[in-house]
Amino acid sequence: MEALWLSMKLAACVAAILLLIGMPVAYWLAYSNWRGKFLLESLVALPLVLPPTVLGFYALVAMGPRGPLGKLWIALFGHGLAFTFGGLILASVLYSFPFAVQPLVASFEGVDRKLLDASAVLGAGGLRTFWRVILPLSLPGVVTAAVLSFAHTLGEFGVVLMVGGNLAGVTRTVSIDIYDHVQSLEYGAANRMALVLLAISFAVLSVVYAVNRRVWTPWPAK
Amino acid sequence: MRLVARILIVLMLACVIARGVSAQGHQVRVAAAADLKFAMGELVEEFEKQSGTKVNVTYGSSGNFFSQMQNGASFDLFFSADIAYPKKLEAAGLVEPGTLYQYAVGRIVIWTPADAKVDVAKQGWNTLLDASVEKIAVANPEHAPYGRAAVAALQKAGIYESVKAKLVYGENISQAAQFVQSGNAQAGIVAMSLAVSPAMRDGKRWEIPAEMHPALEQGAIVLKGAKNKEAARAFLEFVKSTTGRATLAEYGFAFPEKPRKEEKR
Repeated sequence: MEALWLSMKLAACVAAILLLIGMPVAYWLAYSNWRGKFLLESLVALPLVLPPTVLGFYALVAMGPRGPLGKLWIALFGHGLAFTFGGLILASVLYSFPFAVQPLVASFEGVDRKLLDASAVLGAGGLRTFWRVILPLSLPGVVTAAVLSFAHTLGEFGVVLMVGGNLAGVTRTVSIDIYDHVQSLEYGAANRMALVLLAISFAVLSVVYAVNRRVWTPWPAK
Repeated sequence: MRLVARILIVLMLACVIARGVSAQGHQVRVAAAADLKFAMGELVEEFEKQSGTKVNVTYGSSGNFFSQMQNGASFDLFFSADIAYPKKLEAAGLVEPGTLYQYAVGRIVIWTPADAKVDVAKQGWNTLLDASVEKIAVANPEHAPYGRAAVAALQKAGIYESVKAKLVYGENISQAAQFVQSGNAQAGIVAMSLAVSPAMRDGKRWEIPAEMHPALEQGAIVLKGAKNKEAARAFLEFVKSTTGRATLAEYGFAFPEKPRKEEKR
């Protein structure tokens, strides 16, 4: 259960950070007219197609004492970033990035431009328009982004395996724990954990689809 | 619609061609423990030259292969870092009778990068207690034979409790090696066979005396479900041959016949 709790904590931290970083990025992607925008869009989508081994490998090298990130971190905090909860958060933020940004972009783009124009005509600045018009209208997208990045981080395995070092209570997430149980041929324990994760994942995804439902009645009207 | 049809046709063709490539016959499929990574490469090269039979090797943790084979994974040969797994497979009736063979005994070393602040060759166990060593990489003792050996040796040396908080666990011995080789851990207890590999040869190492840990008896078997039994047996024979053993010895493996030092009581 310690592993499950750790995974939840990691997923919550990652989802929060991704919302904070994701919103400005998504705003820019949704409204910029820059010609080279497709390049940044591709960059954001990369973790969708890259194997976790690639991300994990680069993360491990970058976090090492010879990597740029590792050097900076050691200078600041006196210890390495790999095998720590912070390192895991960083790797997971990269790994789940598109899961936060893409729903945000989609919902920002879905906001009627006329409303934005109206807001501007009435004298509201960019930030005020974002806060008062775009964000309220994009609420389902924001929820989707938060929930998807939470769920995706919860189910993360490869990257954690590569940079985590399997430390109980620090980097042994639930997926690693299940893997360990299977490796040790403890199928019963693996099954219990896996079932819990399955139930949580289903519940979380149900939230996404419920939020995005058009009709808000449990039974369709006849 | 025509575009969709064309895309479908291209994808289906790609799928058929890919199948053709992967379904080629006359090859031996070997599952090998991660500690064999480098030795096995050379063994395979020599064998392929001699016999003309292609050998395909998959590296991983022995425990993982074991559970895969119990569930019907289609390998021809299995080289395990712990002979207990092949023995269990034999007991389960999944092994070609008479093929169980102990091909080597593994050795373990404490390894540090060349630029480490402590000299492991001189300091031995004390290296791990040094303040400059913040993390020590070992294989996961729960399912990796090398991890069990490392922990047993640490306990025998009487420093397990002092270094426990520094340990980080690799999924298999290769990953433990990679943790320390990449500099993320400052020292590691790894297989000699990896410590002498090209990427790690330049580091410093100190061999942990064999009597400090239970023997890492490594065993191989031909699986009953092997598609290419003759070739699999031939490859196993090659590993048993003088040439094969010379290659294993070159990569730091010992052999069971060598009398192990008696434990002092």
